[in-house]
Amino acid sequence: MAEQTLDDKPLLVAENLGKTYGKLVACRDVSFALYPGEVLAVVGESGSGKSTLLQLVSAQLAPSAGSVSYRMRDGVLRDLAALGEAERRFLFRTDWGFVHQDPAQGLRMAVSAGANVGERLMAVGWNHYGRIRDTASSWLERVEIDTDRIDDAPRTYSGGMRQRLQIARNLVTEPRLVFMDEPTGGLDVSVQARLLDLMRNLVSELGLAAIVVTHDLAVARLLSHRVMVMKGGRVIETGLTDQVLDDPREPYTQLLVSSILPA
Amino acid sequence: MNAPTYNFAYLDEQTKRMIRRAILKAIAIPGYQVPFASREMPMPYGWGTGGVQVTAAILGPEDVLKVIDQGSDDTTNAISIRKFFGKTAGVATTTATADATVIQTRHRIPEAALHGGQVLVYQVPIPEPLRFLEPRETETRRMHALGEYGLMHVKLYEDIARFGHIATSYAYPVKVNARYVMDPSPTPKFDNPKMDNCAALQLFGAGREKRIYAIPPHTSVVSLDFEDHPFTRYRFDAPCALCGAGDSYLDEIVTDDKGGRMFVCSDTDYCESRQSAGHRGSESAAPHKERAHG
Repeated sequence: MAEQTLDDKPLLVAENLGKTYGKLVACRDVSFALYPGEVLAVVGESGSGKSTLLQLVSAQLAPSAGSVSYRMRDGVLRDLAALGEAERRFLFRTDWGFVHQDPAQGLRMAVSAGANVGERLMAVGWNHYGRIRDTASSWLERVEIDTDRIDDAPRTYSGGMRQRLQIARNLVTEPRLVFMDEPTGGLDVSVQARLLDLMRNLVSELGLAAIVVTHDLAVARLLSHRVMVMKGGRVIETGLTDQVLDDPREPYTQLLVSSILPA
Repeated sequence: MNAPTYNFAYLDEQTKRMIRRAILKAIAIPGYQVPFASREMPMPYGWGTGGVQVTAAILGPEDVLKVIDQGSDDTTNAISIRKFFGKTAGVATTTATADATVIQTRHRIPEAALHGGQVLVYQVPIPEPLRFLEPRETETRRMHALGEYGLMHVKLYEDIARFGHIATSYAYPVKVNARYVMDPSPTPKFDNPKMDNCAALQLFGAGREKRIYAIPPHTSVVSLDFEDHPFTRYRFDAPCALCGAGDSYLDEIVTDDKGGRMFVCSDTDYCESRQSAGHRGSESAAPHKERAHG
């Protein structure tokens, strides 16, 4: 048997995850493993538990049942619930990224784009203005934002630019795992296409692992390697993206796939 | 005592105990904001209710009190607080920095070096340095607890991006004892280096915000900055027009409506003692005779 490298071991492991609010079951019995460089899409209709699942695996919400483990940079798999708050928050702003559907939640709307991108660097102790600014402007370039606008606040940006800025802000510390919650929601179709193209390139260039929550099957098809279909808080079907979307087994997945409007 | 209906130094003894406990905790954890049950004082918020309560709690009958407002001993605020304690505590008051044991201040640190045994009490309007960057108090407390101060540099970054240099000129954030980031109250940043390794005890009281914090004597206080944009003091490039001092913090005084102005020491005691020692500036023909009396 070949020697196992770090890439052969899962980056994030969810086991029997569940979240209940009293009698209401938001999410139950979700298990999966995410490998480095892999993009997993979670699809399903509104209220199917997608966003709850994302909050559970990103340790923003404590699970009612089950556990989530993450492989730290030192190669040790650790239970997120056992991490201290300081460690968890440190993880969140260095090794992870979180792209919100609404950029206003993920950005500081009143401070300049440069400071938005630089904030994570300053949080990990960067103390040289020139270097922070150079790094910020090179990231703006990578997400196709004109570097002349580095000193403008994101509230003066268009929706698509804000979303790209949010991505730059998250990727500047070179995270290994990015969570995305409906990253293309609320954008018009041409802007969506450009954003998806950008994200696909970045993900493959940087070898990022990502969990993308979306109700848009086209996003899943373009970005992800694997798909998990959720309904009523459970995972009802999972598999390679092409396989699930081209040859769905479950009646609900068939319904989802057939609901796509023909272009 | 002139006002026998009041307890010594206005506040009742239980209240003073409560404030002293907060002060002791603040001294034990330099730079940490300790909540306390701030009382209504016979003055409006913003006039130094926090500083007055701290002073009332630490004042003893043998103390000598000095009160300054923007460095000056003779403005309304300084005079009324000095009179207040003269009346309710019957303590001796002074305008001389060196003679005072307790100095209550708004916005300035005296020019003369403070010595051990002195206490400097600051009036603080907004104790939270992260306030305008992160509006949630629950979040800022957590950031203090975990020492997450990246956001403070975001403010400095914004200054440089907008103005080309760190334009924050007062309430300049400092790190106390290599742990807590603290707002030094709206003192000009000129005074920040005086806080570092200061021989006197420095207490900060915010009445409306109900917080007390402290810098014990000989504690390190470092102003935040960037490697390529280091902290600098700021001072008008002129000598004092009255005493000729070239090292003191200056106030700009407009003298007519044709652009005329003069610069004078903001610390009146420093300026007067220099004048009485024979130093003269460009505007002072005769020795300055007036002195503030408590």
